[in-house]
Amino acid sequence: MKNLDYQQIDPQALATPTPTPPPRPLPEHKPRRARRKWEVFPGKNRFCCDGRVIVARQCGVLPLTLGLIVLTSGLFFIFDCPFLVEHLTGCIPVIGGVLFVFVIISLLQTSFTDPGILPRATPEEAADIEKQIDNPTGSSSSYRPPPRTKEVVINQQVVKLKYCFTCKIFRPPRTSHCSLCDNCVERFDHHCPWVGNCVGKRNYRFFYTFIVSLSFLTAFIFGCVTTHLALRSQGGNGLVFALQASPASALELVVCFFSVWSILGLSGFHTYLVATNLTTNEDIKGSWSGKSGNEDVGNPYSYNSIIKNCCSVLCGPMPPSLIDRRGFVPSDDSVQTSPVEIDLPAAKNDTNMCTQGTKGLLESASRSPLLTSSCPQAKPQAVLETLPEIVPSPAPEPHKTTEGRQSTSTPHKHHSHHRTKAKQSTHHTHIPTPKTSNSSPRPHHSHSSRRKDSKNRDPKFNSLR
Amino acid sequence: MALKILQDLRQAAVTSKVFVQRDYTSGTICKFQTKFPAELESRMDKQQFEETIQTLNNLYAEAEKLGGRSYLEGCLACLTAYTIFLCMETHYEKVLKKIAKYIQEQNEKIYAPLGLLLTDPIERGLRVVEITIFEDRSIGSR
Repeated sequence: MKNLDYQQIDPQALATPTPTPPPRPLPEHKPRRARRKWEVFPGKNRFCCDGRVIVARQCGVLPLTLGLIVLTSGLFFIFDCPFLVEHLTGCIPVIGGVLFVFVIISLLQTSFTDPGILPRATPEEAADIEKQIDNPTGSSSSYRPPPRTKEVVINQQVVKLKYCFTCKIFRPPRTSHCSLCDNCVERFDHHCPWVGNCVGKRNYRFFYTFIVSLSFLTAFIFGCVTTHLALRSQGGNGLVFALQASPASALELVVCFFSVWSILGLSGFHTYLVATNLTTNEDIKGSWSGKSGNEDVGNPYSYNSIIKNCCSVLCGPMPPSLIDRRGFVPSDDSVQTSPVEIDLPAAKNDTNMCTQGTKGLLESASRSPLLTSSCPQAKPQAVLETLPEIVPSPAPEPHKTTEGRQSTSTPHKHHSHHRTKAKQSTHHTHIPTPKTSNSSPRPHHSHSSRRKDSKNRDPKFNSLR
Repeated sequence: MALKILQDLRQAAVTSKVFVQRDYTSGTICKFQTKFPAELESRMDKQQFEETIQTLNNLYAEAEKLGGRSYLEGCLACLTAYTIFLCMETHYEKVLKKIAKYIQEQNEKIYAPLGLLLTDPIERGLRVVEITIFEDRSIGSR
């Protein structure tokens, strides 16, 4: 068999390390500047201000939301406030102003904050997880295998953790994959088109503040405009006259009237969710309402105290952003990971080529034919039990596109394409000695870039993570 | 001395990575499984490993603790429309720095001499504790 030949040749060929350090496996990386992680982010998000600000790709009706709020408030301050200050009190524009500022700030924070996106699994992690999953159906499946779940007992409740095929992780409890943003989001509430972003663990408090302050603002403006019109029509002139004298008030009245019910309703609903420590997603699915006929179902995350639930959701510690948008992509990341990646598929290729000889495997075998010697004997044994569907990261590109990630797969493909090239050029010089020395700053490098990031390089945008 | 060990490590061949997964039995808080991975059995002491993971778990619990301090921070933030996050480092971030220091210390003192390297979970999205097993080629892997 081919592989046996390679096994015999390899130890001699690779026994002595090459005296000269090998060229960097990705020549195109040389002239290129170091890229930040947001530039290669695989989800459907857009980034502004060099990664400081994150928005969903489809910003939805955020401009409409902003426009409506600014327009209505503007009309209020211009047309209604002078009259009311004169006839009632000067506090009105002040209160209105404070509410308006709260609304705008919380809206922008909801829209531009990372909702709690979980970064996708590294190839090694994905391979490790795949190893642990049993698949008795065998190797011939070309379609997606049945959904994988893991069960965990939380607070005497059985919770099913689902495997996310896009992110290649078992989703933590309360995490859901948003198809609009193509990300797994922790404590996923819902994707709100009005704010143009997902609402999740990190920005739920901003969202709640936004809808509560907006309901106050809307109610306040509605009340003030009604008072204004009432006062104007009091002098025996009638409502029509009042409306003619201040036409803007009519527009404000209409907007406020229609929005106050929905916003108040939404605030009420979310107050209920906060008090019971539920998410919209869980409420809609009826995860804890005993729908499935199981009487013992209850929310395992609730503290069974309204105050404690409210405090934990709204005043709890602010978790950090896990995606490290402004960190630099380690330029020798592919170098670092390629020896590890190559080990696994090479070992698998031993068995797979003996048993299957499928096209994809031959492809990866041709990329790394000389690497089998580097694998310790124990490793192929362990890997022998693994599934043939465990494909090395560059290979599943067709698989990825079938999952429907079209435009967004480009940056990710690009990234994994680099890994492919890394494999191709490094398999001749598999001795990782020089490569790993190149990669020596990696753990510290990416870490220090994180530290720099958190040290408020630009304090203004520090919270918009 | 520790630095030299780390540098030597990186010149060795990387053979595999072990992933310590999250433990969700206490809910969504950040906690890692203390089960000793089989791959490390020949490499290190089980007690030591469990101690490291337990300390990490305790540190994360401290970061996510709901207590007077976090409520105060939360209320203050709410009153200032969360603009306070622009100026102040949150308690969680402070603890993350502590964790990073602890991991570095553990690597230098315990793991590097054994040919292992712990990766800070924050670099893996708090999903796993990644332990890289280095194998020195000169020893003869096979």
